[in-house]
Amino acid sequence: MAWRLHPRITQGVAKTVLWTLTGLTLLILIFIIVNISVKGLPQVTLSFLSQDPQDMGRHGGIFSTIVATVYLTLLAIALASPLGVGTAIYLTEYTREGWATRIIRFGAECLAGVPSIILGLFGFVLFVMKLGFGWSIISGGLTLAIMVLPIIIRTSEEAIKAVPQEYRQVCYSLGLSQWQTITRIVLPSALPGITTGIMLSVGRSLGETAVLLFTAGAALRTPTSFFDSGRTMAVHFYILAREGISMPNAYGTAAILMFSILLINLVAYGLMQRLMRRYS
Amino acid sequence: MDKEKFIERVLFLLALSSISSLVIITIFIFVEGLPLIMHTGLKDFILSSHWAPTKGFFGIGAMIVSSLLVTLGAMVLGVPLGLACAIVLAEFSSERLRRLLKPTLELLAGIPSVVYGFLGVIWLVPLIRDHLGGPGLSLLAAAVILGIMILPTVISISIDALTAVPDVYRDGSIALGATEWQTVRRVALPAPSSGIITAVILGMGRAVGETMAVIMVAGNAIKLPASVLDPVRTLTSNIALELGYAAGRHREALFATGIVLFVIIMILNFSATLITRRR
Repeated sequence: MAWRLHPRITQGVAKTVLWTLTGLTLLILIFIIVNISVKGLPQVTLSFLSQDPQDMGRHGGIFSTIVATVYLTLLAIALASPLGVGTAIYLTEYTREGWATRIIRFGAECLAGVPSIILGLFGFVLFVMKLGFGWSIISGGLTLAIMVLPIIIRTSEEAIKAVPQEYRQVCYSLGLSQWQTITRIVLPSALPGITTGIMLSVGRSLGETAVLLFTAGAALRTPTSFFDSGRTMAVHFYILAREGISMPNAYGTAAILMFSILLINLVAYGLMQRLMRRYS
Repeated sequence: MDKEKFIERVLFLLALSSISSLVIITIFIFVEGLPLIMHTGLKDFILSSHWAPTKGFFGIGAMIVSSLLVTLGAMVLGVPLGLACAIVLAEFSSERLRRLLKPTLELLAGIPSVVYGFLGVIWLVPLIRDHLGGPGLSLLAAAVILGIMILPTVISISIDALTAVPDVYRDGSIALGATEWQTVRRVALPAPSSGIITAVILGMGRAVGETMAVIMVAGNAIKLPASVLDPVRTLTSNIALELGYAAGRHREALFATGIVLFVIIMILNFSATLITRRR
C-alpha cells in the first residue's frame, strides 16, 4: 500500500493553504481601496468638485464631468426602470413558468453577459450613426439603459417573488382585481427590492467607460442639451490616467468614483437585506 | 377590451421589447461585420495575424489567441484564489465572518474596471518590468489584473453553490469519521460542482469581455506573444483602440471582430445556462 499522510496532517496543510490564499485575496482588495483613498481623498476639495476641468484636466476640478455623469445616469434609469420593472411584473404575476418565461429570462441573462464594448459598438452604429444623434447624452443614455436593463429585471423579479402569496390571496378575496393587487399591495411591498435594482444600475452606470466612450463621446464642456456630447467621471479618469495628463487629478477622480459606487452599492445591499428579512 | 386584459398586453409588450434589444444588438453587429468576413474569407480573417486595416489586411488570429491566453491566465490566477476564499468562507469560517465578508466582497465587484487598470499601470507594470523584464505592459499584467477582477464573481457564486449543499451530507461524512477537509473535498465540493463550474464560466465571460483595464496594461502590440512578458492586443482592445477613427472596410473589420467576441461570449453564456439547468 502506498504511503499516505495522516488525514489530520493533510487537513492541517489544506486549511493553512486555503486560509493563506483567502488572506492574500483580501489583502489585494484592501490594498486597492486603501491606495485609492490615501492618494485620492486628499485631492478631493470643494473646489475640485465645483470647478470645471481646465487645460484638458491638468488643472481645475471635475464639475462638468459630474454633470454629464448625472444626466447620463438619470436618462438611462428613466428609460430602463419602466421597461425592467414591467418585464419583471409580467414574468412573476402574469405568466406561468413555461417557454415564454424561459425565453425572456434566458434573453435577460444573455443580455447581462454581453460585454460593454459590444454594447458600445451597437450604440455607436445605431444611435450615433444611423439615427444621427451623434456623440451625445441621448446616445449614451439609450445604450446605458440597455446595459442596466438585465440588472433591473433580475432584482425586481426577486423582490416581487419575495412578497408572500398570502398578500395576493387576501386582496383577491376582498374583490380587488389583479392590477389593483399589483399596484396597491405587491409593488409597494417589493419597493425596497426594486429600488435596490435601480441603485445597482446607478452604480454600474457610474463606473462604465467602454460604452460611453463611443456613444457619449468625451467633450469636456458641460452638456446643456440631450444632443450635446458629455464626458463622465469614469471616462475623464480613464483619459487622465491613460494619457498621463495629471496623476493627482486622476487619483482624486478615482476616489470620488469608487466611494460613490461603494456607497450606492452598500445602500442597495442594505435595502435588499431588509426586504428579505421582512418576508422570510 | 377590458382594462385587465389591456394591462396584460402592455406588460407583455414591455417584456418583449426588453428581449428584443438583445436581438437587435445581434442583428446590428452581424449586419455591419459579416460583409467583411465574407470579403476576406472566414479562414483568413480568424487565422491570419496580419492586421493592417489601411492596406486591406484584416487578420485577427493574433488577437483571438491573445484574448484566449489572457483569459486562461486570469483563470489560472483567479479561480484557485477565489475558490479557496469561497471554501474558507463557506466551510471553515464562523457564520459571523461570512456574513461580514461575503457582502464586502460583493461590493468590491462594483469597483470600475478603469480603476483596476489604473492600479495595474501604477503598481503591477513597473513591478513586472523591473523584476521579470520586458516592457511591463504585457500578457502577464493583463492576466493578473483580470484574475483579480473576476475574484468577486467567482467567490460569490461559489459560496452560494457551497452553502446550498445540505448540512446532512456533511454531518453524515463527519459521523463516518472523516476529517473536515476530507468532508469538504469528497462531499461538499463535488455536490455543487456544476454551480462552481458556472461561477468559473461567468468569470471567463467577464474576463474575455473586459476592455478598459486590459487596454491600460496589456501593451496592445499586434503579434502572437512569444512569452507572458510580451505585450498583446485582445479582441476587445482592438475594437476600443480603433473605433474612434476607423471608416469604411476598417470599421466593418472592427464589427467583424465584435462578431467573433460575441460568438465566444454566447458560447460561454449558453454553456453556463445549460450546466445550471441540468441541476
